Amino acid sequence: MSNENKLILIADDDADYLYQIEMMVKSFGFRVKTAEGQAEAEKILETTKPDLAIFDLMMEQEDSGFILAYKARRKYPDMPIIIASAATAETGYSFDLYDEGNKGWIKADLYLEKGIRPDQLHREINKLLKI
Amino acid sequence: MATLQVLVVDDEPGIRSGVVRILQNFTVGYPFMDEDFDFAVIEAGTGEQAIELLNSRPIDVVLLDNKLPGMDGIEVLEYINKQKYDLAVMMITSYASLDLAIRATKNGAYNFMPKPFTPQELRASIENVAKHLFLKRMTRKMQAEGKQIRFQFLSVLSHELKSPLNAVEGYLKMMQEKQLGDNIDSYATMIDRSLARLKGMRNLIMDLLDLTRIESGKKERRLRETELPAIARQAMDTMEPYAIQKNVKMTLQSKGNTTLLADADEMEIIFNNLVSNAVKYNKDNGQVNVLIEDQGKEILIRVSDTGIGMSKEDTQKIFEDFVRIKNQKTKEITGSGLGLSILKRMVEQYNGTIEVESEPDVGSTFTVRIPRQ
Repeated sequence: MSNENKLILIADDDADYLYQIEMMVKSFGFRVKTAEGQAEAEKILETTKPDLAIFDLMMEQEDSGFILAYKARRKYPDMPIIIASAATAETGYSFDLYDEGNKGWIKADLYLEKGIRPDQLHREINKLLKI
Repeated sequence: MATLQVLVVDDEPGIRSGVVRILQNFTVGYPFMDEDFDFAVIEAGTGEQAIELLNSRPIDVVLLDNKLPGMDGIEVLEYINKQKYDLAVMMITSYASLDLAIRATKNGAYNFMPKPFTPQELRASIENVAKHLFLKRMTRKMQAEGKQIRFQFLSVLSHELKSPLNAVEGYLKMMQEKQLGDNIDSYATMIDRSLARLKGMRNLIMDLLDLTRIESGKKERRLRETELPAIARQAMDTMEPYAIQKNVKMTLQSKGNTTLLADADEMEIIFNNLVSNAVKYNKDNGQVNVLIEDQGKEILIRVSDTGIGMSKEDTQKIFEDFVRIKNQKTKEITGSGLGLSILKRMVEQYNGTIEVESEPDVGSTFTVRIPRQ
């Protein structure tokens, strides 16, 4: 299956950041659907099954990304999820998913800091999509 | 060497003795700490027993199983939270669910450790918890010393300042890579958005300065008899261009003696925030009515609009720092999220009160009452 057919859902409440990530992911050759927040992303997930999702952590609520990941995982158990956030440095939370403990309750496959370089993001997406 | 008291709450004796064993000869030290920590472990087999121990002796760290025979872990956590004990809680659970995690984190659990855990995992977690506790206490000490460091505030502030920087940086990188070709006109939207984000950031910084002035109490307050309608009129004039754009009509009504012993700059902040919100969150062709009324012992200021309004739930949050109501209707409206918290602080400086009534799609009414000195 080629990239063109892979659909990636991106949710972020910062419209500019959303646009930039959208451009970035499109430049990798994927199809993109965007949501400007948790509620909108939930709506999209009801009717659409993306091949991969990228969720911002802090949207309507401080843990929107976690809630989305949890709901998405229940509906589409095999869809890879990336949580992208600037939160770690700010909150002192570090939710790295290498820690088996966090893996148990954060239903995401990868936790990324915002500001990631395009080539790194591309690599991570390909790894999760097994391309 | 300082000793941290660790209370392990678990109905399985094996887990409890495991923790005792693992932490027996364990010490942690950090470059920023003067001394290392070691650990003394106290055991409790039930939530009830844990609470008894918590009430009878100082505890630094609680390792808390959620599934206990009587009251469960979350309830113990809620109790700890209510009592405001100075300690850090780590949940140990074999039933980690997101729901539990969120409830527990909301109730102040510091982190989670799944059962069964290895000695290595426990030590690593304890090391983190100890560091967290140390920093928490440091912060409190700083606060006690009058260094007004507000961790929560600062962390949200950094988020609010970083977001526009990230956005602008992202656009600049796209331009650097000439992603839309060589023609500068192709980048007009990116440039506009960058400028808008920078403007938002500047407003945030201005609001912060207002806040700092209030918080530090450094600014010399010049209290004199101030004509409130004149100040209100000034705030309305400031918003006039924007009101014209949206075709919003503003009216000002004053009843009785509307002078107040106050600092004019501070009154200006109050009216600016009230009026600018009433215009910003209004609909096209809407209406803003400002009423200033003498009520004998106090002055009433009421600003009502015919704007987008908000839900009951939202009205309870809007006076907190950095809270902005995010939905389809507010998407295009910019703000620092500090205006109303500044307003509230300002009103409280005058021993006044502020309340809001609102109905989605109908409008909002803010009522400020300031007692005469």
